[in-house]
Amino acid sequence: MGMLSFLSGRSFPRGITPPGRKAQTRTEPIRRLSFAPRMVLPLTQHFGKPARPLVQRGQEVVRGEPIAEADGWHSVPLHAPVTGSVEGIELMPTARGPKTEAILLRTHPGDSQTVRWAQPQDLGALSRRQLLETIQAAGIVGQGGASFPSHLKFDVPEGRAVDTLVVNGCECEPYLSADHRTMIERTEDVLAGVRLGMQALGAPQAVIGVEDDKPDAIAALEGAIEPGEPIRVGILRAKYPQGSEKMLVRSLLGREVPSGGLPYEVGVVVNNVGTMAQLGYLLPRGEALIERIITVAGPGVERPGNYRVPVGTPLRYLLEEVGFEGDDPSRIILGGPMMGNTVAFLDVPVTKGVSGVLVMPEAAQAGEGREAQPKPCIRCGRCVEVCPVGLNPAELGRLAAKRQYEVMEERFHLNDCFECGCCSYVCPSDIPLVQYFRIAKALNRERAS
Amino acid sequence: MAPRIELKTSPHIKQADSVERIMRTVVLALLPVCAFSVYQFGLSALALMATTTLTCVLTEQLFNRLSGRPSTIGDFSAVITGLLLALTLPPAFPLWMAAVSAFVAIALGKALFGGLGYNPFNPALLGRAFAAAAFPEAASTWTQAGLPERFSELLPSTLAMPFMRPESVDAYTTATPLAEWKFEGGIATDTWALFTGMTPGSAGETSALLILVCGLFLIARNAMNWRVPVAVLGSAALTAGGFYLLDPGHFPSPLFVLFSGGLMLGAFFMASDMSSSPVTPAGIWIYGALIGFLAVIIRFFGGLPEGIMYAILLGNAAVPLIERIAQPRLYGLRRGRSG
Repeated sequence: MGMLSFLSGRSFPRGITPPGRKAQTRTEPIRRLSFAPRMVLPLTQHFGKPARPLVQRGQEVVRGEPIAEADGWHSVPLHAPVTGSVEGIELMPTARGPKTEAILLRTHPGDSQTVRWAQPQDLGALSRRQLLETIQAAGIVGQGGASFPSHLKFDVPEGRAVDTLVVNGCECEPYLSADHRTMIERTEDVLAGVRLGMQALGAPQAVIGVEDDKPDAIAALEGAIEPGEPIRVGILRAKYPQGSEKMLVRSLLGREVPSGGLPYEVGVVVNNVGTMAQLGYLLPRGEALIERIITVAGPGVERPGNYRVPVGTPLRYLLEEVGFEGDDPSRIILGGPMMGNTVAFLDVPVTKGVSGVLVMPEAAQAGEGREAQPKPCIRCGRCVEVCPVGLNPAELGRLAAKRQYEVMEERFHLNDCFECGCCSYVCPSDIPLVQYFRIAKALNRERAS
Repeated sequence: MAPRIELKTSPHIKQADSVERIMRTVVLALLPVCAFSVYQFGLSALALMATTTLTCVLTEQLFNRLSGRPSTIGDFSAVITGLLLALTLPPAFPLWMAAVSAFVAIALGKALFGGLGYNPFNPALLGRAFAAAAFPEAASTWTQAGLPERFSELLPSTLAMPFMRPESVDAYTTATPLAEWKFEGGIATDTWALFTGMTPGSAGETSALLILVCGLFLIARNAMNWRVPVAVLGSAALTAGGFYLLDPGHFPSPLFVLFSGGLMLGAFFMASDMSSSPVTPAGIWIYGALIGFLAVIIRFFGGLPEGIMYAILLGNAAVPLIERIAQPRLYGLRRGRSG
């Protein structure tokens, strides 16, 4: 492995190579999921201020119509995923537990559910600021998982020049293949989005990073790039967490995002291929983000695949549609197995940032999701050898056990940890290192405020 | 009544490796070395291993009971300490002394510090150092390898009565190649014999070849950090090579230094003890280089023929200092802003 890796794509140092487990879905074309009879649309599906409702109970809405408006620049609007009627605005549980306000829609059963709300614009004539406003109005947030509003990502502070738009097509999380299928089936949308992103940033070039285990996606992209266009595909080694912002910038451009800083400080903005496809498809049509591509996979799914899912579809409905019968939310993961979260209830909806729904094996089948009591650290150093950021998780874990959270932050760079989970993945003592670090960070934040 | 909500945290998948598997692999890798030792030195070596291993396991269990902790003997680390201790002792070492040393290894070397993972020194070497201090004569009395009656009878000193000094039986005793060089000023053993191991020495340190093979197995199974033996042996060879170039008449060749005494065993199986070595790759390079250097310096200029034991213990003691200066390089750390 070590020798051959020199022949394949470039990479960042360290990291891990968990089994990909993508065979279940990677060759499955994207299919449409049917419309659930009832949709749940939380007003906060993004990083920032909640949207403000524009509709009232009983009101009829058509598919694509705005139902909540952005509350300022650090917010995004929300659009109706179905033609139907507003059932109410209520407090509903979210994936992580706490209830938040959500608009409930009853889907009109007989409706053809075509998009009836669109305002096409001449995008070429827009100024950069106008383009950002258009992106915001379309309700677009990052599709990779963090749900950061896309217009804010492109809104680089005055006086900062971005020379490269980096596009993340790595999809380094096991099981997930939604980005892979998007690159193959929606190549033109991805590239149209990349061009719009370059326009919004004023960036002269773009690089799309794709891991070398997706040769068909690399070929599709390379075949669709116009000759002479300043867009290229950067082939990277399949390795986790290749798709994390900091690692991607380092692997593709050899630049390091400063500790505690953002990519634009080294002239880069990073976006996911899924986000680019949304941008490239929606903006020219004047439509808004009302559905997304999701990988549904895992040992507990009868019909795994990549689905085009309306935002707001309840998880329980989605799981029934793919043939999962069960009631254990702790088996269901939103996102990938390395960084995704289990859900508190099956009644929570699919939101704009959900890239995958995985059904993991029962706890009893201890192969993959091994649940074990933590044992003392034997100082094997494996966590140090895999940490992509160059932290010392062994020392951080020791300090966490002694509750020395300040030392963790001040001397051992706790805040540089982006919780990729490599250390926990390799720990032979089953120490939940990442969980310790999350708690330590939360306690430090609490203390600081 | 709210239903119980269980939120598991990421990551949701794990590599299958465990502490038990690592320790079992180390035991497995030690078995051929033990078997060769029995082949060379016979029943006495076997009895020695059985005594130290049993004592280590029982001591571990005793301290688990005393401190009210669940049993940890299933992690095999006490077995490793027992086997390693036996392999560093002379084959004819009296069993009662071996039992006392094994007790000290676990009690003072490990349990006192909080058990597996907390021991700052290699417990087996702490036991060995105790043996050298408490029983200096027995701990430096060596037996010839391959005695004809080794499979039918024990060496006379093996069954010495507790608190009695064993009689010295000159018929069996001999000098190790290192002691020969040190005290008699010559090397009578050729390098190939050293490499293959048909020479006098501690129970498990004589065959460099076998230790090398078993060590490589450990590295291949990811149960040992490969940097440790590379750094220790590399540093020892460089140090010895430097002196050899200065005065080939006085100093032995680097190959003799590498394959004689406990250097190979120490580099592969002792210095690599995870608990008592640094966790960072840079730290391991410094630690290993320090051990290799010290081992040769003690051999060449100290009062003892063998220096690896004290070199490793000194290396263990230096770990906290080494880790202060050898942290990994942080991604994106601005220059001049290091913690």
